[in-house]
Amino acid sequence: MAFSGGQIDALVMLDKKEDLMSVTISQYTKYTDKVASNRAISEAAWVRYTLIGLTLLFLSLFLFIPLAAVFTEALRKGAQTYFAAIVEPDALSAIKLTLIVAGIAVPMNLVFGVAAAWAIAKFEFRGKSFLTTLIDLPFAVSPVVAGLIYVLMFGLQGWFGGWLSDHDFKIVFAIPGIVLATTFVTFPFVARELIPLMQAQGKEEEEAALVLGASGWQMFWRVTLPNIKWGLLYGVILCNARAMGEFGAVSVVSGHIRGLTNTLPLHVEILYNEYNYAAAFAVASLLALLALLTLALKSYVEWQAAKNAADIEKEIKE
Amino acid sequence: MKNKHNKNTLPGFNLSLGYAVLYLSLIVLIPLSATFFKAFTLSWADFWQAVASPRVVASYKLTFGASLIGALINVVFGLLTAWVLTRYHFFGKKFVDAFVDFPFALPTAVAGIALSAIYSTNGWIGSWLEPFGIHVAYTPLGVVVALTFIGLPFVVRTVQPVLEDLGAEVEEAAASLGANRWQVFYKIILPAIWPALITGFALAFARAVGEYGSVIFIAGNMPMVSEITPLIIITKLEQYDYAGATAVAAVMLVISFILLFAINGFQWWSNRRFGNAR
Repeated sequence: MAFSGGQIDALVMLDKKEDLMSVTISQYTKYTDKVASNRAISEAAWVRYTLIGLTLLFLSLFLFIPLAAVFTEALRKGAQTYFAAIVEPDALSAIKLTLIVAGIAVPMNLVFGVAAAWAIAKFEFRGKSFLTTLIDLPFAVSPVVAGLIYVLMFGLQGWFGGWLSDHDFKIVFAIPGIVLATTFVTFPFVARELIPLMQAQGKEEEEAALVLGASGWQMFWRVTLPNIKWGLLYGVILCNARAMGEFGAVSVVSGHIRGLTNTLPLHVEILYNEYNYAAAFAVASLLALLALLTLALKSYVEWQAAKNAADIEKEIKE
Repeated sequence: MKNKHNKNTLPGFNLSLGYAVLYLSLIVLIPLSATFFKAFTLSWADFWQAVASPRVVASYKLTFGASLIGALINVVFGLLTAWVLTRYHFFGKKFVDAFVDFPFALPTAVAGIALSAIYSTNGWIGSWLEPFGIHVAYTPLGVVVALTFIGLPFVVRTVQPVLEDLGAEVEEAAASLGANRWQVFYKIILPAIWPALITGFALAFARAVGEYGSVIFIAGNMPMVSEITPLIIITKLEQYDYAGATAVAAVMLVISFILLFAINGFQWWSNRRFGNAR
């Protein structure tokens, strides 16, 4: 699947290590073979460089140039305009709201992800694969539809709309609606990262802990959690990036009230539609920095998970 | 808490499954079902009027057409990128590899304004295309560009692990039997990676069909020309046409569900057919 996680990288690394060992063992006999076979299963230099060049051109057109454009446009009118756009009260309240929303949605999906992965990975029950498919549902639904469903539930015309307005409680066009829509679109991230990881780990270690007299929670905190921490972190990083950057779903339920229900991406849209491009790109550059930080953390977690898997493999061999 | 049917000594089955199902129902299943209940309150004539008016049909054509083209571009260049990243060495490869996931990490609104800035007629790339009469921003071509961007990681990330695990022995054997490089690719490598290619294509396509944020900034949003279906839903909502918005949303939901189950079914089938050895 799209996010294969650190575990696959770990496996790949182990594979390469074994290859390396077999090469050193039979280095003598295979050396000439290797050169010959390498030529047979590789391309001519000009083909290699053309393919690398084409790839870099494609990635530049779609990834590197847009990223560079964000920062160039943001700084076009000088550093002063840039910082003014970021510390302006509406921008600050958008930053605050974005942090609040992610701060609620991510932990909720984290608890769900652990619970769902525990049930699915460690137990057998009917309808398991159907449940796993249902968890993926929010990824298949358009963000706009994700926003719409909460308007249908909690809007004035919605199922609970009358009751909510009688009790003077707003969900749609207020912060609770934004939290709900964000929770929906980031729903599968942690669960789908943990399910394959915990399935691969099996349940022997947990059973050993119980035999040795640990209580259920002790087993969870001391055995399960340390085993899944990198996968968990990986899921949380991706979940958080999407939660802070979600646009379509939040746009439907927010009501676009400046300084009150605008998250950072919605603030970017408002500034852009007012032709205030420098300010729009300045705020957008904060989100681009968040994306770069996400990629850096993700690479670090993948590297750590691969290192962990390699260490465990080494211990087993010794 | 022990579940007798499971013959399992681990605790917490009822608690974790119960919580997961409850949370799934509250956040996902019940709200999604609201769409269908609302859509069923419409008469058939009203429903048809909402989902098959010329403007909405034009938006389906654009959404599915542009998603298809974007996903096909990603099949070609995603395969190329995965190939280059697994087979060749060059300076900055690790950095490029990590950067492939950038479209997953970048908020779609930021992607939208950045793409429309560089592909508009006075932008970095748009100004080069202008003399040839090619306009990208504010045309259907802009929609294709945005949908290519957001679908870019899918094919790379599904094909890459398969290419990495492909043994060199088969290729060596084919080469020693006199196959040239192109024959090896066509007869050995392509049959091994096509399930991953199709999965990546389907994931990119499914993502593109529902995409909103990155498209609306670059599309120009002209009715009948460059208006995508998710925008139709938003427009109907802003006109307080809740029933119409829900009808179009129900159509999109059914299509998304079919795609999701088709992808899962295909992966199940290809795992059985080709084994789990990715």
